[in-house]
Amino acid sequence: MNDMRLAERTVDTQGKPIKFSCRDVQVYYGDKHAIKDVNVDLEDKTVTAFIGPSGCGKSTFLRCLNRMNDTIDIARIEGKMILDGEDIYDRRVDPVQLRARVGMVFEKPNPFPKSIYDNVAYGPRIHGLSRNKAELDGIVEKALRGAALWNEVKDRLNETGTGLSGGQQQRLCIARAVATSPEVLLMDEPCSALDPIATSQVEELIDQLREEFSVVIVTHSMQQAARVSQKTAFFHLGNLVEYGTTDDIFTNPQDPRTESYISGKIG
Amino acid sequence: MSPFWIMVTILALALVGYILGRRRAGSSAAGDIRKLHSRPTYYGWNTAIWTALPSLLLLLVWVLAQPLIVDRAVNGNIPDSAVSDSQTRGQIMSEVQGTAFELGRAVNEGIVSQSEARALSLDDAATTEKLAAAGIEITPSAPVLEAAKDYRAFNLNASRALTGAALVLALAGLAWSLSQIKPGYRARNIVESFVRGFLILCSLLAIATTVGIVLSLVFESIRFFQLYPWQDFFFGTEWTPSFGGGSKLGMLPLLWGTLYISLIALLFAVPIGLFAAIYMSEYATPRVRGFVKPVIEVLAGIPTIVYGLFALVTVGPLIRDWIAAPAGFGNSASSVMTAGLVMGIMLIPFVSSLSDDIINAVPQSLRDGSLGLGSTPSETVRNVILPAALPGIVGAILLAASRAIGETMIVVLGAGAMARISGNPFDAMTTITVKIVGQLTGDNDFASPETLVAFALGLTLFVMTLALNIVALVIVRKYREQYE
Repeated sequence: MNDMRLAERTVDTQGKPIKFSCRDVQVYYGDKHAIKDVNVDLEDKTVTAFIGPSGCGKSTFLRCLNRMNDTIDIARIEGKMILDGEDIYDRRVDPVQLRARVGMVFEKPNPFPKSIYDNVAYGPRIHGLSRNKAELDGIVEKALRGAALWNEVKDRLNETGTGLSGGQQQRLCIARAVATSPEVLLMDEPCSALDPIATSQVEELIDQLREEFSVVIVTHSMQQAARVSQKTAFFHLGNLVEYGTTDDIFTNPQDPRTESYISGKIG
Repeated sequence: MSPFWIMVTILALALVGYILGRRRAGSSAAGDIRKLHSRPTYYGWNTAIWTALPSLLLLLVWVLAQPLIVDRAVNGNIPDSAVSDSQTRGQIMSEVQGTAFELGRAVNEGIVSQSEARALSLDDAATTEKLAAAGIEITPSAPVLEAAKDYRAFNLNASRALTGAALVLALAGLAWSLSQIKPGYRARNIVESFVRGFLILCSLLAIATTVGIVLSLVFESIRFFQLYPWQDFFFGTEWTPSFGGGSKLGMLPLLWGTLYISLIALLFAVPIGLFAAIYMSEYATPRVRGFVKPVIEVLAGIPTIVYGLFALVTVGPLIRDWIAAPAGFGNSASSVMTAGLVMGIMLIPFVSSLSDDIINAVPQSLRDGSLGLGSTPSETVRNVILPAALPGIVGAILLAASRAIGETMIVVLGAGAMARISGNPFDAMTTITVKIVGQLTGDNDFASPETLVAFALGLTLFVMTLALNIVALVIVRKYREQYE
């Protein structure tokens, strides 16, 4: 744990403002203690990667950041998760509003069975982000351009989103999340169902998204974490073992468990 | 031996064949069953199949064909002089069969011996008295009695021949298939193809039954339309059957009643059932769901006659006293509204249970995606779940509609039997199914249009539900292209 705090201090010196500040987070699934004492500060306009072996709790922790675990009856969360000075588990916070601020992209592309346009316009519509059709058109185009999908789909916006290829579907889901203009974008293994070309497109996209949002990405691929993220957190058995700049984690890990994992000895 | 005992014997032989076949397979491989092509069980089954199948088939064909052949032979022996003006040949034949049956009973009960029965004639007073004393009436006509004795003799010979043929065939099959068994014999393949053939036969039977039902409806309907003009049937607005003649058999009042009642039932059942399904699948905790779902499904287990009683005793008077009469809509306890409401209650579990399954089949990832964008559960249901589940829900609704159209008991007790066209939902009306029952109950002459109209009505009903199913299929297919 000392190592982790050391790492945190070095991170703070980088100077970007803290977006999410998590203190003593515990998550229980029924009797199972899935996340133990996690303290982490996520920076604004930064890509943070969560890595670790399967079942280490990285996805669980990610889903806490926009309270998606609320939909699971047996999940129980303790501790503080402060987004811009406000605890998101405070009773005054409405999870619906929170999820508009903290968007999410899932492991498997899950476009709605609607047209491409309606998929992207879904969030803006339910949150009333546009006053008229022209404005909505603008939001949709901007989101699709943001997801590097506009050129591929601009002539068939009325075709169904489920008819796209896997990589296109995942970029559509990213566009859908971006269209709501969230402050934080959570990505749960967004490339695990994609082929290498689609993966590299999505990775490029993640790098661009950093200019507007803070992005948190869970990944199984250490290469991917190294390619897209500036900060990396290594989870193991529900503990946050080490957190620091991606360079430090991969070249100079402080904890022996981190070193074993990135060198392929555990996980 | 009667066909039943022949069948039992054949099956017993098949069992013996199974045991022998298995044992022989084992000994043919000299104890090392790895040398066999198939496991010994398959050799057993193979022998059992060859024993039972051909002889059972023979039994089936024989049992179906024997009455036809015997009837024809006996019929040919009845002299034309015996056919009087008042009796047709068919009536005489049924008398012959009845007499033969009575004679058989007398022999079985030991009142007369087999040879006495064979020698029986109307002049033989002693025997006929003996029979009469035992309560067995022998027909007074000599040609009929002769024909009846012929009939018995034919049948007796035929069943002896059948017993012999079936048992010989079974034993031959047993011996032949046992002789085939050697290690290289592909018993498993034969058993597998038998299984496949059996399954195909079962599905063909279902199709053949449907075709048979349709054909019988069609032929009887054609007979009806020869007696009654089709324009009057399809476009007549009056339904006043009378067996004395001069009936008006217009189906429009019945069609109107059917559609009106079904519509009210669906208006009632679809929203409630669908919302109940949405609650159960999207909002309820597993504990609540585990309690609510079975309770709703109990509704589906209630016999429709009980719903009918409920309509007759409770809902009908309630609607009359609290709604229809005060508002001046009439004072009939039987009404379209009563039947529609009660039928709606009956349909709730259909709609809710099917919709619940369909909504549950919508992938969780779509729910997560929608919730993850910050939509509320109800927005998720409205914008994502229902559109994705729509084809299935439409299917469920149309299934419920077919049920509503075919429902009889609730209508009889809830809406009455009065055929009329009226817009007032508090009037008594009736449906096609009720009138089919009405036209066919009691003693019927199946040559009069008043009876045959039931088949035309049945055919109409069948075409309606068929059309509904086709529409459902088209909708489902159209949306499936869009949503999957």
